[in-house]
Parts: sequence; C-alpha cells; structure tokens
Amino acid sequence: MKTVSDNKKGLNAVIFCALTVIAIVFLYPLFFILINSFKGKLFISKDPFALPGGETFSGITNYVNGFTKTDMISAVGYSFFITIVSVFLIILFTSMTAYYITRIHSRLTSALYYMFVFSMIVPFQMVMFPMVGLADRFHLKNPIGMCILYLGFGAGLSVFMFSGFVKSIPLEIEEAAMIDGANPLESYFKVVFPILKPTAITVAILNAMWIWNDFLLPYLVIGVGTEYKTIPVVVQMLVGSNGNKDMGALMAMLVVAIIPIIIFYLCCQKYIIEGVVAGAVKG
Amino acid sequence: MEKTLKKYFVIFTVPTLIAFAFAFIAPFLMGVYLSFCKFTTIKNAQWIGFSNYAAVFGSSQNFLNSLLFTAMFTVVAIITINVFAFGIALLLTRKMKGTNLFRTIFFMPNLIGGIVLGYTWQQMINAVLYKYETTIVSSAKYGFWGLVLLMNWQMIGYMMIIYIAGLQNVPTELIEAAKIDGATAKQTLFKVTIPMVMPSITICMFLTLSNSFKLFDQNLALTNGAPMNKTQMLALNIYKTFYDKPGFEGVGQAKAVIFFIIVALIAVIQLRATRSREVQQ
Repeated sequence: MKTVSDNKKGLNAVIFCALTVIAIVFLYPLFFILINSFKGKLFISKDPFALPGGETFSGITNYVNGFTKTDMISAVGYSFFITIVSVFLIILFTSMTAYYITRIHSRLTSALYYMFVFSMIVPFQMVMFPMVGLADRFHLKNPIGMCILYLGFGAGLSVFMFSGFVKSIPLEIEEAAMIDGANPLESYFKVVFPILKPTAITVAILNAMWIWNDFLLPYLVIGVGTEYKTIPVVVQMLVGSNGNKDMGALMAMLVVAIIPIIIFYLCCQKYIIEGVVAGAVKG
Repeated sequence: MEKTLKKYFVIFTVPTLIAFAFAFIAPFLMGVYLSFCKFTTIKNAQWIGFSNYAAVFGSSQNFLNSLLFTAMFTVVAIITINVFAFGIALLLTRKMKGTNLFRTIFFMPNLIGGIVLGYTWQQMINAVLYKYETTIVSSAKYGFWGLVLLMNWQMIGYMMIIYIAGLQNVPTELIEAAKIDGATAKQTLFKVTIPMVMPSITICMFLTLSNSFKLFDQNLALTNGAPMNKTQMLALNIYKTFYDKPGFEGVGQAKAVIFFIIVALIAVIQLRATRSREVQQ
C-alpha cells in the first residue's frame, strides 16, 4: 500500500509542477504588458522581455501620455455608465417580459418567445448596417441611446433565460398574492422577482461582461468623433488611426482597460463562473 | 389570474419590445430587403434582384478565401481548445491542493475583451518575431497561428470550467468498478470517463465552433486581415465590404445574409445534436 500512495504523491507533484508552468504561461501576457507599461517607449521594441529598471524605467510617463493623448478617462466613465444602466434596464424589463409571455398562453406570446430565441442565432453583421442607419435617424447616437440598443440586443438571451426559470415557479404563490388583493405588478415585484434573483444575477453577469467588452456597436453607433467613446473604442483608436504608434501609451492603456475587469472578477468570481456555465448550458 | 395579468400587456412587455424592434426586428427585416437592393444609406435603396448575391462570389470580393480561412481556423481552434481544456480539467479534478487558484487563473483571460486581447497578443507576438526581424503581418502563417494561440488562451479556461462540471458528475463508483475489473488508466478514460461527459463535449464543441466562426474583434486587432487580406475572417470581410468599399453596401448585406444562413444551419445542427443526446440518457 505504501508504494501506491507514494506513487500517487509523486504523480501529484508532477501534475502540480505542470499546472504551475501552465499558470505562468496564462499569466505571462498580462505581466508582459504590465512591465512594458513602465518602460520608455524606445526600450519596448528593443528589449521587450526585460524588466524595467535603471534607464529603461520611465515611471508613469506612459500613463500620463496615454491619458492626455486619448479620452481614456472619460471612456472609463462612459463604459461604466453604459454597462450599469444597460444591465439595470435588461434585468428590469426582460424579466417582466419573460414573466408575461410565460404566464399568458396565446399565439402572440408564443410568437414573441420564438422571435426572442431566433434573435440569439442571428450574427451582428446581419443587422449591423440597417441598425446603425436607424440609430442615426432616431437620435440614438448617445449613451442613453446605446443603453436602449443594448436592451434590444440583450433581450433574446435574457428573456430566454428568465422564461426557463419562470416556468419552474409554482403558480400557487402568485395566486395567493392575488387573492390577498395584490395587482399583477405588486405580485410580480414582491413575490416573483425575489424568486428570480439567482437567474437575475446570471443574466446580469453575462450581459455586463458582453457590454463592457463590446467594440463594434459603440464604434459604429457612437463613432470616434464624439465624446462618448467607450474603452474598447479608445484602445482601437490609439492603435488603428495614427501611423507613429506610441507603444508605451498603448501598453499603459491596455493595463488601464484590463484592471477593472480583473477587480470585478476577483470580487465576484463565484457568481461569474456559475453564471457563465449556466449561460453556456442554456444558450 | 391570466385575465388580470393580460390587461398589463403594455407595462410588462412594451419597453422590451420597443428596444427589440430598434435593435433587431426592424434591422433584420430591412437587412433581408436591402440585400436585394443597391444603396448607400438605408433611405436610397433601389431593387436590383439577385445581382448582389452573384457579386459576392466574384474573386475581388475575397469572400471564398475568407470562408476558407475561417473554416480552417475554426477546425484547428475546436480541436486544440477542447483537447487542452479537457486535459487541464482532468488534472484539476484530482482533488489536489491549489486547484481553486489554478481554476481562477485559467479562467481569467476569458473576461477580457477581444480588442484588448488582440492588441496584447499582437505586442507579445511582435516582440518574439522582432528577434527574427519580422512582424505578425508579414506572413499569413503568423497571423493564423497567432489567432489560434490567442483563442486558445482566451477560451481554454471557459471550456475547462464546463468540462470540470461534467467530470464532477461522473459517479466515482463507475471509475472504481472499472479499476476493479482491471482497466488501465487509458481504458478508463476512453471507455468510461469520455462517454460519460459526452454532453459537456457537445456543448463545448459548439461553443468553440460558433465563437470561432463569428470571430471579429480579435481578428481586427491582431492582424486586421494583413497581409493582403489573407488572414481576413468572414465577419471582418463583411465589415470591410460595408465600410471600406463605397458602392458595395448591397454586396456586403448579401454576404451578411449568407453568413447568417451558415450560422443558423450550425445552430440547427447543434439543437439536433443536443436533443438526440438528451433522449439517449
């Protein structure tokens, strides 16, 4: 028996080493941009893998350059605003819609349900050009307009996920509330919505991750000429437009773009992983 | 109860429906119509029948090359991502110390957006290629494998989480029984574990398939199609037809419809595959 457990211990040690190596490979790209964000821009291309130090260390110059050359500071603000408001609207309205179309059985509600499900498989490029034209015509080229569009784009998956959960809630609970004299709105918010909370967290996380990182929709709808740019749009502009790239500023802004996500991840890791798995299995 | 609730149709559904109409229903219907028109904005469309669709396959459109590149990339990405993710998931379900920390690290890249990821990897790959006095945009090979590397880095953690959930549901008695019967580790893996996690494998295959096939942000940031549009994937090809080629908006929309049909077919096959498995169990 001793030899078996010794073998197992040895094997586990080997596996632990292998996993550590893989973990380093996974973390290295983030470490790479972090160290280069503190290097003078000339040294980044000359010696990209060296740690900053001595003459190559440039302090926060790259960060200062990045912030002055681009609208990164306001972009962080707009990204937060658009993500938070959109997620709030999505949770509030799509859960109500899902509740209605699940509880009322008619041709209209089942048609709506299938339309929401259908929208999930349509790639963005299919609706891209007409949607930008409509957004222009109806003055949606601003942060509030973006939130409305995100409500529309997020509706498919969100209604689908909420509907699945509403089906599993026994009718008796709502009926009891109704008998006590509550109208449908009261019974929805006081009785049903609290039960939906786990699904609401999942839906919120899936949508927040997607909206925060989304590039093409804000790039096309809001565009690069306005003040309402979001983080991915600013990063793209920093690289895409001008010929003489400031690599230092780029590295610094990549770090700024990544930090909020990492903080969010480390704070609600449990919910994020659960939410992503639930979303994958259902979607 | 249904009757009282029915009167609340407006409050419960209209906000979502208005936004949904703007973002999806109207643009979708217009998109189908516009694919048969010549136009530069949505207001000046003129019906021209199927000529946009005929133009899609002209060699100057690069559509078939993009389709081929996308298909090749998708196949390589599906295989590499799933093999690595499954392997790591096996290592992480041995109830070892530090498992949670590793899981946290491997999943992290999945949360970073495609544009930011694309430029991060562009800098990394160029830093390596700098020693050989070349860059990622100098050869389509570099672009292809760079994209494979990037997508592996981003998606392995995600698939790993799904595989871990699947592996944890395999009853330990089954594995024990196989051992008692004298099965080798390899036999246990292929004859017991893998068949038991087939539902997870199906989910992961289709997730990697649709994510790779529809890839846009990473492609734009990493190579932007360079050199000579040889690393241009379908979504980027459609985008460039709309916004970089004045006068070809109709062709772009026709390409988008074809793209949609391919994606929809994949989704239908996926639905069939998952349904038939559910019946089996």
